Amino acid sequence: MSKELIRLRDVCMAFDDELVLDHLNLYFNDKEFLTLLGPSGCGKTTTLRIIGGFATPTSGDVLFDGVRINDVPPYQRQINTVFQKYALFPHLNVFENIAFGLRMQKRPDPNDPTGKRMAKIPEEEIRERVMEMLEVISLKGFEHRKPDALSGGQQQRVAIARALVNKPKVLLLDEPLAALDLKLRKDMQIELKRIQQQVGITFIYVTHDQEEALTMSDTIVVMDKGTIQQIGTPEDIYNEPKNAFVADFIGESNIIDGVMLRDKCVKMYGREFPCLDGGFAENEPVDVVIRPEDIDIVPVEQGQLVGTVTNVTFKGMQYDIIVDFKGFKWLIQTTDHSPVGSRIGIKIDPDGIHIMKKSQYSGMFGDYSSFSEEYDELDDASLAPDEEESGDEE
Amino acid sequence: MNKNNSFLNRLFMVLVFVFLYAPIVLLIIFSFNAGKSNVVWQGFSLEWYGKLLNNRLIMQSVYTTLLVSLLATVIATMAGTFAAIGFYAMRRKVREPLMTVNNIPMMNADIVTGVSLCLLFVAFFNGWDSFASWFNSLGLFRLPTRLTMGFGTLLIAHITFNIPYVILSVGPKLRQMDKNLVDAAMDLGCTWMQAFWKVILPEIKPGIVSGALTAFTMSIDDFVISYFTAGSSASTLAMTIYGMTKKRVSPEINAISTLLFVTVLVLLAIINIREARQERLRQTRHS
Repeated sequence: MSKELIRLRDVCMAFDDELVLDHLNLYFNDKEFLTLLGPSGCGKTTTLRIIGGFATPTSGDVLFDGVRINDVPPYQRQINTVFQKYALFPHLNVFENIAFGLRMQKRPDPNDPTGKRMAKIPEEEIRERVMEMLEVISLKGFEHRKPDALSGGQQQRVAIARALVNKPKVLLLDEPLAALDLKLRKDMQIELKRIQQQVGITFIYVTHDQEEALTMSDTIVVMDKGTIQQIGTPEDIYNEPKNAFVADFIGESNIIDGVMLRDKCVKMYGREFPCLDGGFAENEPVDVVIRPEDIDIVPVEQGQLVGTVTNVTFKGMQYDIIVDFKGFKWLIQTTDHSPVGSRIGIKIDPDGIHIMKKSQYSGMFGDYSSFSEEYDELDDASLAPDEEESGDEE
Repeated sequence: MNKNNSFLNRLFMVLVFVFLYAPIVLLIIFSFNAGKSNVVWQGFSLEWYGKLLNNRLIMQSVYTTLLVSLLATVIATMAGTFAAIGFYAMRRKVREPLMTVNNIPMMNADIVTGVSLCLLFVAFFNGWDSFASWFNSLGLFRLPTRLTMGFGTLLIAHITFNIPYVILSVGPKLRQMDKNLVDAAMDLGCTWMQAFWKVILPEIKPGIVSGALTAFTMSIDDFVISYFTAGSSASTLAMTIYGMTKKRVSPEINAISTLLFVTVLVLLAIINIREARQERLRQTRHS
């Protein structure tokens, strides 16, 4: 599990004068499911293209099993890719699409005693391996269909089979689920994780969808503006975000200015709150993250803070309520209904408070004053998954 | 719209078509006339078509036309296809002005293209003469001097004016192609050249064929540019017909013009039917 397979060392990438990747240092372990997560234009697709060999970094090294592969073309790398919108060959049927990589392969001829002559893979073996792959993706009986006679989900699975049949050491996936509808996306998330465990190779997955990343990954790399913001397990990333950007990008967060009075005690709104974090300087200004589901609503007189409800949205499982605390608006998720205009008290357990050092992102996120607009923006982002790629290349 | 108005509309349309096609219809009818007259019908006959086959001048120019058209089509199609791929790989800021430059020769008056190519060839031959006589004075081996315009220059001219049509017809096919296809092919073990043969070519083949057909049609019926670049040793069919009209208008001209018209008509029909079919195919693919 812990054997290192790929390493990016000080990788920079510039298009014209625009720095897309800024001194990236990152390693990928064998057999892990790693997700590069970030908003459009953060450099995640470029990182993937560099690993696949479709782009050469402006500076820095790409190492595969300890060997520098900067100048190795894609067709000589033990890496295969599932492209955005699948890129199946329209003029070939499903069988030929999957067999494409095998037909290109040459290996030492087993009948040649010197072992120098190269031979193509025999037709029977190709047939066997393709059929085996069709079984893995549950598309047996579809081998004579052309790609345009398949549904989006089926095309997606053919694209995965076409890559996996070559038995690569690493599979790169570039937002492979972006074009599918929500229900299918959820099914495919589980399916992908199952396939990864079945074939036992490294998956490097690019997405802007935080929920996808949390569901499937062993490791998540959160990126923004060409730099890595945080690397960790899904639990680490969610529970211990390193800065306001990560806290805001993964899930919902209220991010409040605070001062660390001493270990395990933070001051916000002029009040001391017990917490579990430590290791900060005395009176150091910090960002305090409080997840909406970690806040308990209590009667006003028992509340650590008292605020006014300004907005209530029914979400099925819970209510999303916006509460004004001295001009700063918080999002709270609760199963109890509190009407708009009512005054409520809140209580936060020490383990519901997470302290972060101040960063360039401080003050940019975590205020829900513009609640509705923020939701609109999120919708826009999910509608345009292609934007980043064109942005990277133009 | 009242009835009177719609009658006028129809009359106008009929008149337009009469003016456009009556001369051609007349030409075709009289190509089957038994007598020598272009005015009086003297009975049906294939006499003039038979005479064509025995006219060495005409058969020679048919041969020249077909040869130059075929060669120009093949060469222009290859050059145009690779040029289109080059354009495709460029950034938009570079590509758009270059595409405009590519489109100008198609809009440009043929006579300007013809005269300018003619001038270029003459200038080149002059320069070549000086260079060749200097080189021959060195005594290594002899280079030919006194080059003249002929089949070679005719072919070069045809290739030149055909290339833009090929680019224009291959370009859209490339842009319709999923740009990840080439990456996918290389990912699966293709070198760039293998990816071209196995993936790009099948995808853009309809565009290449349309481009080749257009180029062939353009070559077959070109007169002006050929006239200025063929010199005195080569003559295309269109040039021969023009030459024949200068002496006396023989009904043979009717026959050969009819054949030329039918050939071009058939080619245009093929191009249009292909385009319509591809458009339908593309729409079903996207629905």
